[in-house]
Amino acid sequence: MTKPENPRGVELSSKQMKEGDVIVNKWDPRVKYAWATGEAISRFLEEMKNGKLIARKCDSCDRILFPPRMFCEECFKPTTEWVYIKDTGKIETYSISYLDKDARRITDPIFVGVVSIDGASEKMGIMHYFDETTKEDIHIGMPVKAVWKPPEEREGAITDIKYFRPLKEGEE
Amino acid sequence: MEEKIAVVGAGSTKFRPDTSEQNWKELMFEGASKAYTDAGLNPRKDIDSFVTCAEDYWEGFSIYDEFVPDQLGAAMRPTCTVCGDGLHGLAIACMQIMSGMVDVVAVEAHSKISDLNTYNDVVLFAFDPIYNRPLAGHPYYVAGMEMNAFLNGSGNTEEQCAGVVSKNMTNALKNPLAAYGKRVGVGDVMGSEPMFSPAKKLDIAELVDGSVVLVLARAEKAKDIADNPIWITGFGWNSGTPWLEGRTWGRASYAEEAAKMAYKMAGIAEPRSEIGFAEVDDKFSYKELMHLEAVGLAGRGQAGNDLENGRFHADGDLPINASGGSLGCGNLIEASGLHRALEVVLQLRGQAEGRQLNDVERGLAQSWRGVPTASGAAAIFER
Ligand SMILES: [Zn+2]
Repeated sequence: MTKPENPRGVELSSKQMKEGDVIVNKWDPRVKYAWATGEAISRFLEEMKNGKLIARKCDSCDRILFPPRMFCEECFKPTTEWVYIKDTGKIETYSISYLDKDARRITDPIFVGVVSIDGASEKMGIMHYFDETTKEDIHIGMPVKAVWKPPEEREGAITDIKYFRPLKEGEE
Repeated sequence: MEEKIAVVGAGSTKFRPDTSEQNWKELMFEGASKAYTDAGLNPRKDIDSFVTCAEDYWEGFSIYDEFVPDQLGAAMRPTCTVCGDGLHGLAIACMQIMSGMVDVVAVEAHSKISDLNTYNDVVLFAFDPIYNRPLAGHPYYVAGMEMNAFLNGSGNTEEQCAGVVSKNMTNALKNPLAAYGKRVGVGDVMGSEPMFSPAKKLDIAELVDGSVVLVLARAEKAKDIADNPIWITGFGWNSGTPWLEGRTWGRASYAEEAAKMAYKMAGIAEPRSEIGFAEVDDKFSYKELMHLEAVGLAGRGQAGNDLENGRFHADGDLPINASGGSLGCGNLIEASGLHRALEVVLQLRGQAEGRQLNDVERGLAQSWRGVPTASGAAAIFER
């Protein structure tokens, strides 16, 4: 019996896949949603347009919940009050991402992380980009402040904040 | 069933075609709050495990499971999601109790289908990708095909299906949760627009949003929690073939098998004489008749005649879908089965208000997952 020349088979190229050398089944599902944002998120997004961060207070555990929600997941009770909080905070954690969503290498890496917001309870914050800082300077615990888009460009989205930058000395 | 399990809490939102003032978490919170209040339990301390029923494509999230805990009171607690109908979730919850691991379990199912803009496409996406999906079109034609085969094979008629619509929409007038209560006659249904012939517009349940929650407990706990525990004495589930080409078209085999499994567990030999009332799937009018024959509550080819003789009406021998069913309440997608269970529980507790049936001791809830599936479940409840 002769030994097959390449017992592990031949690797297929993406060209062969595209040209139909390999039979595949393709379908583009049409899946579109328009999620009702509900009571808490609607107000949150409206306030983003105003350049403000708003939270909800739970009377039962006294926590300030942010992003706001109509019920407290710890107490399982409705939250009771709207509370404005600041647009400053501290970096909880961050990463510097050298790849884009298609896994392509990018020259200017993205600084991304979670900020716990001043005035909200512990573990309450927002995930966002960081800028106006460097690989060397950015650190966990760094005080930061939101940089907002100009009012006319805001659309009621998390991206109404462009990024967070280091808090300057004496700034609030 | 060796381990006795009871429903000790039941709650639900109203069923509405549009709930744009609430997001899906707020909707689920409302359903859960009602059930926990009903049970007198604090989910943060008194409930050991949480089960929800959801399918990522309905919700529009990958790994939707992750977004479940907060609104059920399940943060940092044992939680799992079942990709199935509410009665599948109920079965999982029962088995968790039977395993001995937990005493009290909450099971939730919901529809926030108004968030999905391309419902038909998502249903079509459930079709076999090679053999069926390329034909495209509106996927409900599969229900038309099934209705045709069922009527032909069983001798039931389109008018009798229209009678189901009339009965259920009328029943829904007495259900404050229902969205489609309406006085509708057989002639109205027969005269409604042809859709997927022989199915006409009024033969098809309209979609609604809603969240239904039941709290289950093992016997020793149940007696402390509730003064009106409703016992789950049997449950079953089954899936027929996914091959549309290979189905026994005129029969709901999955319902036959699921019911058989539940009857065996409950020790029921003669369902027709041992079950007092039932809530069965009626997402399409013919399905109610087909399912009644499958679960042995009507003889083969007899469901339509029984209906015409008034047997299934609220004041008949065997009231079916006193809640209004899906035709009267709306199609709750994966929550449909849990809604049927909820209605059986309310009837057995004597809390069905204006639609309360007299002297009911034991009821059946039966579910079907909808086009194009051949999957469903069943459960038996007793006072
Ligand atoms: Zn709280």
